[in-house]
Amino acid sequence: MRSAGDLIGISTRKRAEHGFDVERIRRDFPILHQSVFGKPLVYLDNAATTHKPRIVIETVSRFYERDNSNIHRGLHQLSERSTKAYEGARVKVQKFINAAEPREIIFVRGTTEAINLVARTYGRKQVDAGDEVLITEMEHHSNIVPWQMLCEEKNAILRVGPINDRGELLLEEFEKLMGPRTKLVAVVHLSNALGTINPVRRIVEMAHSRGIPVLIDGAQAVAHLTVDVRALGCDFYAFSGHKIYGPTGIGVLYGKAELLEEMPPYQGGGDMISSVTFEKTIYNKLPHKFEAGTPNIADAIGLGAAIGYLTGVGLDAVSAYESELLAHATETIGAIEGIRLIGTARKKASVLSFLIDGIHPHDIGTILDKEGIAIRAGHHCTQPLMKRFGVPATARATVSFYNTREEIDALAAGIRKVKKVFA
Amino acid sequence: MSELDSVEELYQQVILDHNRTPRNFRKLEDADRSAEGHNPLCGDHLWVFVRMEGNRIGDITFYGAGCAISKASASMMTEAVKGKSRQEAEELFERFRRLVMGGDGGSLGKLAAFSGVSEFPVRVKCATLAWHTLRSALEGKEETVSTE
Ligand SMILES: Cc1ncc(COP(=O)(O)O)c(C=O)c1O
Repeated sequence: MRSAGDLIGISTRKRAEHGFDVERIRRDFPILHQSVFGKPLVYLDNAATTHKPRIVIETVSRFYERDNSNIHRGLHQLSERSTKAYEGARVKVQKFINAAEPREIIFVRGTTEAINLVARTYGRKQVDAGDEVLITEMEHHSNIVPWQMLCEEKNAILRVGPINDRGELLLEEFEKLMGPRTKLVAVVHLSNALGTINPVRRIVEMAHSRGIPVLIDGAQAVAHLTVDVRALGCDFYAFSGHKIYGPTGIGVLYGKAELLEEMPPYQGGGDMISSVTFEKTIYNKLPHKFEAGTPNIADAIGLGAAIGYLTGVGLDAVSAYESELLAHATETIGAIEGIRLIGTARKKASVLSFLIDGIHPHDIGTILDKEGIAIRAGHHCTQPLMKRFGVPATARATVSFYNTREEIDALAAGIRKVKKVFA
Repeated sequence: MSELDSVEELYQQVILDHNRTPRNFRKLEDADRSAEGHNPLCGDHLWVFVRMEGNRIGDITFYGAGCAISKASASMMTEAVKGKSRQEAEELFERFRRLVMGGDGGSLGKLAAFSGVSEFPVRVKCATLAWHTLRSALEGKEETVSTE
């Protein structure tokens, strides 16, 4: 079978700019070809979740039709096949983010569980009363609340790095907050509410020069940017399968082996042990120590297929095409009278958060929905960030490489319609 | 009904008007009851202030921020319940709720403008937030009303 990249025939940035064959891509996504309220579906809520290419859907159903079995325990043929496919998916993830070894890839339910895992194991072991955890003002609730819970339990302090009005992290201020009591820095790679791309490599350098480990919330980044955890040097990297064209219910925690080795297990149960007596249990080795119980086998394999698809298209081509779409959206929608863009960082991707003068984002969302246009209206699980900008909510369109310029134009027309209703 | 119609049905002129210039939109200094309402889904957040005169609502105001539906609903509610007894206000809420859920609310006067909400199930909470908050104020409850 040929890979998606062969079929599309694009690999370089230049060709992507001039000849990204989006219609061919769209044919791979069955869900896109439908009408909503009699209008062609325009799906611009990709930060919430992405759609699945046929190969992912087929991989999951083929697994259930042919190979389904529990892993790491059966001696029979099906179990062997399932184990091989599951561990094969782990290797795909490892290569995708350029981790050093497969055992540094822990399958979890998603970004949220990955961050909670680190907070409850690494955090609980390393953070004591008076210690500090450092995050930023633009974090998703899932990179705030686990640290708040930890700090409450340990009497530790949560520090928050400020941002400017464009939605960029103030790096110098952030560095000043890294002190002798800072036990962990946790930052979002690509902000889901603003689109800001944080200089995570610089942040890792700053933190490491003080001996502080860094966790990166990559929930949004992995679908839009090339991620190389070894080049970044980060200690932990978390992301969700469903935001990268894979199934829901599966996600990844990457951790450096030496850190993972020293961390206590997250949950106890089957698979995470090497021997159990009532007196003492010996924990299994990595990555199984962190994967108690029967994991989400089928969706891990589905995630492997999604990664295969995305790398087939090529992340460079994806990034280049999506940047063009975002620039087009910023230009056309930014030019509409009464529009205010929230998040105008110099380095950003995928996200266009906006307000219309005098019209609540929820009303924008309702009217666009009737036009077949799916956007998100709300606080985007970033309530402190909304407060920073003095708004209760924003309307947010987020692009994927399966979106088209025409869809952006449909959004612009939809926004004009909203304004007309409220005129 | 065409789709254009359903949007126009939802955002009727009277609703847009009350959104733009909400009535009784202030804090009530001599209120003897008040309550706070919150719709976490879209961030609607409002306060309802009531001054009772015997068993009747002598004065009622609201304050806060929210979508057009929640704001217009609060505004029109204050006009509709002023001078009413607690039971009458409760009964009106019951019928209003039936209306926005797609049922028959009976004769509701101006409030009938909210019939279009029933086509938009996720917006029912926006339309009823002020009413829930009023009920809580009348019951003298302390905690914030949440539509979640
Ligand atoms: C930046 C960011 N972090 C974390 C999450 C949480 O991801 P999940 O809900 O898949 O665990 C999201 C998803 O909305 C996100 O955008």
